[in-house]
Amino acid sequence: MSLEGAIAAHRFGLGARPGEIERASRDPKTWLLSQLNMPADEPQPIGGATLKSGGDLVVDMIAYQRERQMEKRNGTGEDPVKLFFKNRVGLFMQELQARFAQGFTTEKPFAERLVWFWSNHFVVSAQNPRATTFVGAFEREAIRPHINGKFEDMLFAVVQHPAMLLYLDNAQSVGPDSMGGFLSGRGLNENLGRELMELYTLGVDGGYTQADVIAMAKLLTGWTIDRRGGGNGGFLYFAALHEPGDVTLRGKTYPSSFDGTVAAIRDLAHDPATARHIARKFATHFIADNPSAESCARLEKVFVSSGGNLRALAEAAIDDPAAWATGPGKMRSPVEYITASYRLMGWPKGGDEQKQVEGAIAAARLMGEVPLGAPSPKGWPDTSEAWSGPDAVLNRIEWAKEVGARLPAGFDPLAIADAGMGPLLGADTRLAMSRAPSAGDAIALLIASPEFQRR
Amino acid sequence: MTTRRSILKTMAAAGALSVWDAPIRFAFASLASDRRFVVVILRGALDGLAAVPPHGDADYASVRGQLALDKTGASAIHDLDGFFGLHPSLSNMKAMFDAKELAVFHNICSPYRERSHFEGQNVLETGGGQPHVLQDGWLNRALVPMGMADGERALAVAQTPPLLLSGSAKTTSWMPAVLPQPDEAFLAQLRSLYTRDAVLEASLKSAIDTSAKAQSAMDDSPANTMAGAKGNAAYGNLSPLFSGAGKLLANDSGPRVAVLDAGGWDTHFGEGTADGQLGRRLRALDQGLDSLKTSLGPAWNKTAVVMATEFGRTVHPNGSGGTDHGTGGAAFLLGGGVAGGKVRAEWVGLKPEALQDGRDQPPRTDLRALFKGLLAEHMGVPKSALEAQVFPDSASAAPLGGLIRA
Repeated sequence: MSLEGAIAAHRFGLGARPGEIERASRDPKTWLLSQLNMPADEPQPIGGATLKSGGDLVVDMIAYQRERQMEKRNGTGEDPVKLFFKNRVGLFMQELQARFAQGFTTEKPFAERLVWFWSNHFVVSAQNPRATTFVGAFEREAIRPHINGKFEDMLFAVVQHPAMLLYLDNAQSVGPDSMGGFLSGRGLNENLGRELMELYTLGVDGGYTQADVIAMAKLLTGWTIDRRGGGNGGFLYFAALHEPGDVTLRGKTYPSSFDGTVAAIRDLAHDPATARHIARKFATHFIADNPSAESCARLEKVFVSSGGNLRALAEAAIDDPAAWATGPGKMRSPVEYITASYRLMGWPKGGDEQKQVEGAIAAARLMGEVPLGAPSPKGWPDTSEAWSGPDAVLNRIEWAKEVGARLPAGFDPLAIADAGMGPLLGADTRLAMSRAPSAGDAIALLIASPEFQRR
Repeated sequence: MTTRRSILKTMAAAGALSVWDAPIRFAFASLASDRRFVVVILRGALDGLAAVPPHGDADYASVRGQLALDKTGASAIHDLDGFFGLHPSLSNMKAMFDAKELAVFHNICSPYRERSHFEGQNVLETGGGQPHVLQDGWLNRALVPMGMADGERALAVAQTPPLLLSGSAKTTSWMPAVLPQPDEAFLAQLRSLYTRDAVLEASLKSAIDTSAKAQSAMDDSPANTMAGAKGNAAYGNLSPLFSGAGKLLANDSGPRVAVLDAGGWDTHFGEGTADGQLGRRLRALDQGLDSLKTSLGPAWNKTAVVMATEFGRTVHPNGSGGTDHGTGGAAFLLGGGVAGGKVRAEWVGLKPEALQDGRDQPPRTDLRALFKGLLAEHMGVPKSALEAQVFPDSASAAPLGGLIRA
């Protein structure tokens, strides 16, 4: 087991499963990159559930809305609001279970980490009731297929997904001078237009004005959900809602048409500010809380020269010597921490897989992070500081004790530590483990140790 | 505002704790025996000389040095028989001793003579003469001759049954809904690892300070004055475990055998005296035992509780105000029907030549002798089964007698 193999499994992966560091050690960079030869794996539903597509969910939503109107009129049946809420949370939980389980067992952990990174960049959140049912489908349909493809392709998939159109209200945005606007009296909603530039592409300092936000919002009018069904993944360009007239965005004029909007979004994807923004964010996630200017510049250059090729971006991060630095890394986020712990223990194992996964989700909620459920479109924080407060640390320690308490009798904690951490295991941690008053306490010490809490 | 505690409760309600818990079902068949048998594993190596100080030994104060307990004053040793006493934190156990419901054993330990926790606990729980020669727990092997191998009579108060209760006979397990807090010894170990991580170090310190304050406020409330704990009991309340187990055992159609785990005894640094780290842990244990007795109700009179640890600790303090892994130590037998009110020890003093390897309490009584005596006298396990199945190769440890009064 080499140090580079261990770093590959922990810093770029999701924490090592038994045997993983050995496999990664043969050629760490190749081990990582070969995971990106195909799109990311699809999570598999647990316990006989089926994961629904975004298009089908749109159909369900429309049917529900019709039924709700009928119920309102008739005053009969189960309260449709309650019923929908129940189903909504149930569907979201099925998605979460499949996603967590995927993280625990995947043999392509770097690909999965990239999925998580991009999902936390192109944020949709279950906290918005309109988007709750859609967020799982969003990640499966808009993110996973593109982690090794082009930024532009992912961006288009994101902006056209019903989850995003609902989450940032673009489905409600209507060109005020369009036919639809004229008939309904409705108008622009700037939400997606703004976040598309501020969060997803240019960055807050990327060079745009309020006039540009309005221009982008106008360009996005008519990009809505297909209320008739799922032919195009639930997306519909509805020309009758599209604002007529040429639009000037950041000094360039785009025609009022679907193609005009596509051209504007493509220009955002390839803007130098976007390259800078994405490069810094990527480096912050994989390399350091405060990545060096050199690290950021290297990624930025590759992003530009490759035309936003995300596999090339990942490869550039791996090629950065700073990414292989020893010493304290970043704090794991709660989901990363729980996932690494389950992988260390080889869980879920035997018994009721669904309950073990549910336990992990409950722990993540306790520690303050729900994947695909961020409090705002900015997503979950991605710095150590956000996850290392006193209460957070104590929660992790208490949870580590719980994990240790579940170590089946007869397991050797030092063997688990050596296999799971390799050369990253501190001599002091190993010594403390060997002196621990019980095997469970030894595992708890490992999971609560600085080297395991960081990556 | 949401507090950490309330979130933990929410998590428990959300099913986190049900993850590995087996549901408990009770059959309503009547049982041949209504005796209850509880084993408390004091995991981590309890310091026997702190729990049961031989204050009448002329060398006690000098060998214990800074860890010697006061013989007079507000936090004095509870005298038992003019020679041995109990740690000042063990008030409820003192009352049990006076009521002849507690017998104390000293210079006792398993046949293990090395000093590894894992191996020591393996010997304590398997009942073997050496580590790893037996693969299941002695209590599990005793369930068949006790007639309690139906999966409902033997209860592990744990997320997974400890080795002691693991084996081919079926058992069940249960944990209370609120997570137990880490014990101080565990946190002390972590704090030493965190010295190389300034962020984690500062956060853990702050969290402990906050929690101690919150606990202190709770302890000062009128509802808690009965507990007698003031301020310093922030970590490791054992009462939920012990009272929960007691309630289950009190049920006529419930379990008859239970195993409880109480860790936090590995006092390598800052062991303290009356109100130190170990004193607080002993107080938690003492309160836990009181909760167990209370929740058992009338069944207390049919109950024998044996408490044992994997080995004792060094007689002398080490260089950091604690004690290191040793050999002989203390064990305890409690219950309404036990032959209590006495300290049973082959005492040979504390002079260097009396000590094991010149440093540890000597191993004068084999714990297996105590366990075998209890299984025979209290639970009616035949001698043949004891020797052949439950404790093979234990002929040198003849069962102790006179353990049960009635």
